[in-house]
Amino acid sequence: MATNLNAAAGAGASAPELCWFEEVRKDDVALVGGKCSSLGELINAGVRVPPGFALTTHGYSRFMREAGVSGEIPGMLANVVHDDLEKLELASRAIREMIEQHPFAWEMEDAVAEYYRKLSVRCMVPAVPVAVRSSATAEDLPGASFAGQQDTYLWIRGVDDLLHHARRCISSLFTARAISYRVKMGFPHEEVKLSVGFQKMANSYTAGVMFTLNPGNGDRSVIAIDSNFGFGESVVSGEVTPDHFIVNKVTLDILERTICNKEITYTVDAKTQKSVKIETPFERQNVQSLIDEEIVELARMGKAIEKHYGRQMDIEWAVDKDLPAGGNIFILQARPETVWSEKRAREAAEGPKATSAMDFILSSLLTGKKVS
Amino acid sequence: MKFPVPHDVKAATIPGTEGWERMYPYQYQFVTDDPVRNQYEKDMFWFYDGLHYPEPLYPFDTIWDEAWFLALSQYNNRIFMVPPVRGVDHRMINGYVYISPVPVKDGAEIGSRVPHFMERAGHYYKNWDELEKKWKVKMEATIRELEKLEIPRLADMEDISVVTDAVGESKGYHLLKNYDDLINLGIKCWQYHFEFLNLGYAAYVFFLDFVQKLFPSIPAQRVTQMISGIDVIMYQPDEELKKLAKKAVELGVDNAVCFSQEWTDVEAALKKLPKGVEWLTSLNLSREPWFNVSTGTGWFHHDRSWNDAMNIPLNGIQTYIQKVKQGVNIERPMEQVRAERDRITAEYRGMIEKEEDRKQFDELLGCAKTVFPYVENHLFYVEHWFHSVFWNKMREVAAILVEHGIIRDVEDVWLLRRDEIKQALWDVVTAWATGVTPRGTQTWPKEVEWRKGVMQKFKEWSAPPAIGTAPEVIQEPFTIVLWGVTNSSLADWAKVSEVKDLSTVKEFKGFAGSPGIVEGKARVCKTVEDIRALQEGEILVAPTTSPSWAPAFAKIKACVTDVGGVMSHAAIVCREYGMPAVVGTGHATKIIETGMMIRVDGSSGAITVSR
Repeated sequence: MATNLNAAAGAGASAPELCWFEEVRKDDVALVGGKCSSLGELINAGVRVPPGFALTTHGYSRFMREAGVSGEIPGMLANVVHDDLEKLELASRAIREMIEQHPFAWEMEDAVAEYYRKLSVRCMVPAVPVAVRSSATAEDLPGASFAGQQDTYLWIRGVDDLLHHARRCISSLFTARAISYRVKMGFPHEEVKLSVGFQKMANSYTAGVMFTLNPGNGDRSVIAIDSNFGFGESVVSGEVTPDHFIVNKVTLDILERTICNKEITYTVDAKTQKSVKIETPFERQNVQSLIDEEIVELARMGKAIEKHYGRQMDIEWAVDKDLPAGGNIFILQARPETVWSEKRAREAAEGPKATSAMDFILSSLLTGKKVS
Repeated sequence: MKFPVPHDVKAATIPGTEGWERMYPYQYQFVTDDPVRNQYEKDMFWFYDGLHYPEPLYPFDTIWDEAWFLALSQYNNRIFMVPPVRGVDHRMINGYVYISPVPVKDGAEIGSRVPHFMERAGHYYKNWDELEKKWKVKMEATIRELEKLEIPRLADMEDISVVTDAVGESKGYHLLKNYDDLINLGIKCWQYHFEFLNLGYAAYVFFLDFVQKLFPSIPAQRVTQMISGIDVIMYQPDEELKKLAKKAVELGVDNAVCFSQEWTDVEAALKKLPKGVEWLTSLNLSREPWFNVSTGTGWFHHDRSWNDAMNIPLNGIQTYIQKVKQGVNIERPMEQVRAERDRITAEYRGMIEKEEDRKQFDELLGCAKTVFPYVENHLFYVEHWFHSVFWNKMREVAAILVEHGIIRDVEDVWLLRRDEIKQALWDVVTAWATGVTPRGTQTWPKEVEWRKGVMQKFKEWSAPPAIGTAPEVIQEPFTIVLWGVTNSSLADWAKVSEVKDLSTVKEFKGFAGSPGIVEGKARVCKTVEDIRALQEGEILVAPTTSPSWAPAFAKIKACVTDVGGVMSHAAIVCREYGMPAVVGTGHATKIIETGMMIRVDGSSGAITVSR
C-alpha cells in the first residue's frame, strides 16, 4: 500500500479511514474492497478512470462500532436460522434501520466533506455529482453478491447525501438474503467488511460494458462491446438490447456491428439532478450509440487493461459528453471475467494430445464439415 | 434445406434448345432411362460451379471441365486414396456445370484407405519442395512442346522435300496427328495441375479450420495473412510492368510510351527512337513468358492474354509511369507485409493457451506456408501460360476449318466439341486428299448457327445454385475451400435466388476480403479492358480480378468482386495495399452501377449502396 496513506486526513497512522483511489493498488482489497482497489490499480496503470475516494474498511468498522451495531448484531441474530424468512426479515429491517439512522462521527463527516471538496476542485465542478458504491472485501464469495444488490447510487451531490448513501451501502450488507447466506455458510457477521467508493459521475453520452473476449464463444482474439446512450445502467441491468460490436484484438478492426432498437436511456434530470429513465427519442433509437473511432479507442484500452492484469476482463466504461474527443472515454470498473476462464480451466485438465500436421489433416478429413 | 430435383430442372427445356444435349459429352446428362443412375443422381447433392463458370460452357471449352473431372477425382480416389472421399462427379444442365463430391460410405473401406493415404500423401508433404521442383521441369517441358507444335496448312501440292527426304507422311496426316497432340498436351497439363493441388488445399483448409476452432471469431483473411508475404510468380507479370515503367522513365522514352492508348502507334513511335528500341528489347524479354498472363481466368476461349491484347499491359505501364513521375513508390510493400504478418501471427500465437495447441499451430502453419507457393503458382503455368498458348493453337486449327469451308469464322470453332472437330478434320483431310468437297461444308455452318442461338438462350437462363439432396457433412477439401459450401453459404444461395429486382438492393454482403471501411464512387469494370476508364480514388467493382488487373489497384481505394474467396487475387492484393475489399458477393456487378456512391466495409463484408 502507498505510504502517503499514512498522512490521510482524519485517520490514525496505521488505520486510514479515507483514501484516494490512486493511493491504493489491487492488493488493497482488505482496505478498500475489490471495486475500489481495482480502480486504484487502473489509475496507476495509466487508464483513464473518473477520480474519487473511498471510505476504507477501517472507516466502516469505526462507524459500525460507534453506531452500536457491532455490539448488538450478535444478539439480534442469535436465534435466526437461515430458512426462517419471517425472522430474517424482521432482524434485517431492525439492523438496517439502525445503520441508516445513525450519523457518522463528526470527525468522519468532516473528513468526507474535505475529500469531497477536494474532489470537486479537481473536477472543476462545484458539489460534483458522484456515484456511491459499495466495494466488498470478499468479492468472489458468492454471498458477497447479495451484499451488493442495491449498492450503486448514481448522481449523488452534497456531503449529506454522500453520507446518507454510504450508510445505505453499508446497510445492504444486512439484507435478509445476505444474512441467511452467511448463517447458512457459517460466515461470522462481524467479519464482514465493506468499503464505500465515491467516484465522480461520468456525464455519459454513451456507456456500457466490454469483455476482452467474445462472451458468445469464448474467443480471446476479440473484444466485445455493448453500448447504449446515457448511463450504463440500461446495459448492465439488461433493460435494453444494446448495440453490440466485435473488435479484432490483434488488428483493432471492427468485425461485427449490430445496431439495436434502444428504447430506453438513463440520463440526468435537469431539475432534480438525479438519474432518470426516459424513453429514447424515436429518431435516435436505431442510431449507432458509439462512433467507430470510440469503439477502436475502447478496444485499445480494453487490450491494455487485459495486458496489465494478465487475464480476460469484464469492464464498464463511459464516454463523457462534457469533454473533448480523444480524452473523453473513461473506465468505470474492471474485474476478471469468470465464465470462460473457469470453463477453460476445466477443459485444460482434459487436454487432448498434440499431433503432427499430417495426423491433424487426416483426422480433419475424416471428420469433414457439417453443412446442415 | 430443400433443393429442386435435377431431372425436373432439366425437363423444363428452354423452347428452341431441344436437342442441346448433343453439344456436350453424353455422360454429363441427368438421365431418366436408367433407374439406378437416375436414383443415384436424385440422392446426390449437386451445386452449380459458378466459381469457375459464370456463364454456360461452349462445347469446346468443356475440355477443361473434363480434364479436371478426371484429374481431381483420380488424385483423390486412385492415387492418394483420400480416406472418406472419392472424386467429384459432374453433370450439366443448359451448359451450366453441376458438381457433386462422392463420399466413401463404408466405414471399413475408409479405414482401409487410411494407411495408404498416410503413406502416399505423406510422401508428398515430406518431400514437397523437391517434388515441386520436378513438377516445374515437367510443366515447362510440356509448355515448350506445345509452343513448338505446328498446325500445318494443307497445300494443293505437297512440298518437294516430302519426296526428296522420303518423309512418307502427308500434311493431312500431320494435321490429324498434331490436333491429337494438341488435345493430349492439354489433358496432360491438367494431370499435372492436380498433382499437388488436392494436398495443398487440404493443408491450407485444415490450418484455417484449426485456427478458427481456437479463435471462432477470427476472420479468414487474418489466417491467410499469416501465410502472406511469400513470393509467388503470379505477381511477376505486374512486376514486369513496373520494371518497364521505371525503365521508360530512366531512358527518357516515357512520353513516347504514353502518347497513345494504341499499342501499334506506340510501338511505331518507339522504333524511331534509339532509346525506344532499347526499351522494346526489354519489353520483348518481359513478354516471354510473363505476357502470357490471361486477362480473365484463362478457363475460356475468350480470355485473351496480354500478348494478344497489348493495349492492356500498355495501359498498366502508363499508369505506373504516371505514378513514378509523381514520385509515388510503386513497389509492393513486402517489408511491411511481412512485418505485419509476423506481428499478427505472434499475437494470435500468444493467445493460444495450451502448449499442445501451440505446437499444432506451428506445425500446420509451417505446412500451409510450404504448400502456399504451389497453390498460387500453378495458376500461372496452367491457366495462364499454357492456356493462352493453347487457345491460339486452336485458332490455327480453326483457321484451317474456315479455309475448307467447315465453319465461317475462326471463333465458330468453340461451338464444336473437340471430338467433332476431330471428325471434321478427317472430313477435311480426306476430301483434300481426294480432291472433293467436304460433307461438313453443308452441315456444320447450319449447326453452328443453331448452336449460337442455343448459347444465347442458355446465357439468359439462370442456373439454380444447388439441386438434389443436401448431405450432412462434406469432406472433399475443394468443395470446402474453393466453393465454400457450408451451412451458411447454402442459406445465402437460397436467398440470392429469391431476389427478383436487383436494382432495388441497398445492402448486401460478401466475404470480408481485406479490412477497412471506405466510401466512394463505384466504377464497374466487366472486363480488364474497362479499367482504362478508372479514375484515381474510385472503387473498383468487377466480376473477379486476376493478375492482369494488377495496375488497377494502384488507382483505386477499395475493391468489390462477384466471385472469389479470401485467397482470391483481389483480396490478397488489397491486403497488401492496405485497402478494403469485399469479395464473392455473387452479384455486385449487377447491383452496382458506375457513378453510384457505395460504402465498402472490408471487415464485416457489408456493401451499402446509396440510391
